[in-house]
Amino acid sequence: MNIIVCIKQVPNTEEIKIDTETNTLMREGVSSIINPYDLHSIEAALQIREKMGGTVIAITMGPPQAEDALRAAISMGVDDVRLISDRAFAGADTLSTSYTLCKAIEKLRYDIIFCGKQAIDGDTAQVGPEVAEFLNIPHIAYVKKIDNITTESIKVHRLLDDGYDVVESSLPVLLTVVRELNLPRLPSLKGKMTAKKAVVVKMDLNAIGAEEKDVGLKGSPTKVKDIFSIKAKTDRRMLQGNIEEQVDILVQELFSQ
Amino acid sequence: MRTVVKVERCRPPDTSEYKGVWVFVEQRDGSISSVAYELLGAGRRLANELKTHLSAVLFSSTEDEAEELINWGADKVYHCSSPIFKDFNDEPYSQLLFNLIELHKPEVVLAGATPIGRSFIPRVAARLKTGLTADCTTLEIDKGNLLQIKPAFGGNIMATILCPDHRPQIATVRPGAMKRGEYSLDRKGEIIPVSAGNLACRTRVVATIKEVSKCMVNLQEADVIVAGGRGLGDAKGFKIIEELARLLGGVVGASRAAVDEGWIPYNRQVGQTGKTVCPKVYIACGISGAAQHLVGMQSSDIIIVINKNPDATIFDVATHGIVGDVYKVVPLLIKKLKEAKVE
Repeated sequence: MNIIVCIKQVPNTEEIKIDTETNTLMREGVSSIINPYDLHSIEAALQIREKMGGTVIAITMGPPQAEDALRAAISMGVDDVRLISDRAFAGADTLSTSYTLCKAIEKLRYDIIFCGKQAIDGDTAQVGPEVAEFLNIPHIAYVKKIDNITTESIKVHRLLDDGYDVVESSLPVLLTVVRELNLPRLPSLKGKMTAKKAVVVKMDLNAIGAEEKDVGLKGSPTKVKDIFSIKAKTDRRMLQGNIEEQVDILVQELFSQ
Repeated sequence: MRTVVKVERCRPPDTSEYKGVWVFVEQRDGSISSVAYELLGAGRRLANELKTHLSAVLFSSTEDEAEELINWGADKVYHCSSPIFKDFNDEPYSQLLFNLIELHKPEVVLAGATPIGRSFIPRVAARLKTGLTADCTTLEIDKGNLLQIKPAFGGNIMATILCPDHRPQIATVRPGAMKRGEYSLDRKGEIIPVSAGNLACRTRVVATIKEVSKCMVNLQEADVIVAGGRGLGDAKGFKIIEELARLLGGVVGASRAAVDEGWIPYNRQVGQTGKTVCPKVYIACGISGAAQHLVGMQSSDIIIVINKNPDATIFDVATHGIVGDVYKVVPLLIKKLKEAKVE
């Protein structure tokens, strides 16, 4: 079984603060982590390899320092990695990212591709399904359990608002996974040693065989016009008087509703 | 190499050929999801502003409520009724919606940011090679372009996204973020039957298991929500919250802080990582107002805030703010409401 895991290096959003003067993210001192959902992807891929044999390759698109995320994946036990990195890829939206990943994945062998449900920085959940469409393979989103796998097909539980579906798919398939799927393993000491020594293979624009106009900012139909913090609404209408009087106004208000 | 696919990216289309606002209407077991009515409300407003028509697109396996969609604001309903839509599978859904968009060229397409919408709409966008914005909470028109506003970074900030040179502009919209439009039996519209044709599908739904949690449904449909936060101090604090909610015929909500503390289950959580709500009355008790909570409740009609810290951010969205101890104000409110009821 050839398995590809798409991972993303993200800022730890729990540490992010907003500069309310400039309405920008204060990224300084914020640590970079593997997108938490992607740890569940890696774990799922490793479990399938342990059961059925095969190879797990982790790939990521990002700046050179995204190599750290790939080394962390190696320390968990993946066999090989690819760093999809080129200045031309910068500023990519979901369509452009998905296209770039598709071109890189076309150069590899795969039966199953795993993605996390979404990345915690963009929160879009779009890249997985878009990669599947570009590769012309089926996908199943929000996978919370893997029931059964053969060399030809897979059966999983797909989380929905009102319960779940048991869904079967032919292979190759792309799956996006939720946290309920498994408990990601911690890196072993041996894994950490391997990760330290591992050679990270890079794939640039030329290596994936894409054109500059189709990737990065140039290949992105969507543009971020601005970002702002949410404190835009300032009704701030305060009741006056002592507590008793204020509560009386509330009671009146609630009764008029 | 296992699969060789030729993927060609093309030039952006001439945007002026694209006209009309479309809403994808999601159904499960023949019943239309409530986000679809919210999308029709938002879609109607956008279509009026763009001086264009509003169309609903419904894929189902039954002869159902296509007429109703006109009463909710649609000028046209593209309705495909086929057994293939009995279960949700991404490929037939995305292929047929793609076919219809290619044929009729709408300028805006909206779908619910539900597990279904967020799963298959990206395939449609990828095939059309156009932009898609996920989980929008506000939609506006600016110089003929759709401004798509969405939370990012775990709800810490909002981003405004544009898709200036590509059409259609596609967005999934967060359930609960938009208001329903006006229902009217006087509206005229056209129902256009669509044939499914030959739709490929490599996935198959073997079983569907329902696990509906009642209070989750209640939270988004309630007229009154009384929510508690870290300021309650402990799990027992939710007793007075519950009492107030019961008295007002409402339900209990909570901030992430209270859920993280383990005082109340996750399905009560309001906010970016919980549920977006817009009840008639939202009463926030001991909630400081983290950005990610505000995204989830700030469109409520009346927001009553009770907090002992006058600097709490949540007062910024208050229609009626009271600075005071929750344990003094809420029991007093309960007492006075009971007295008023007797009168």
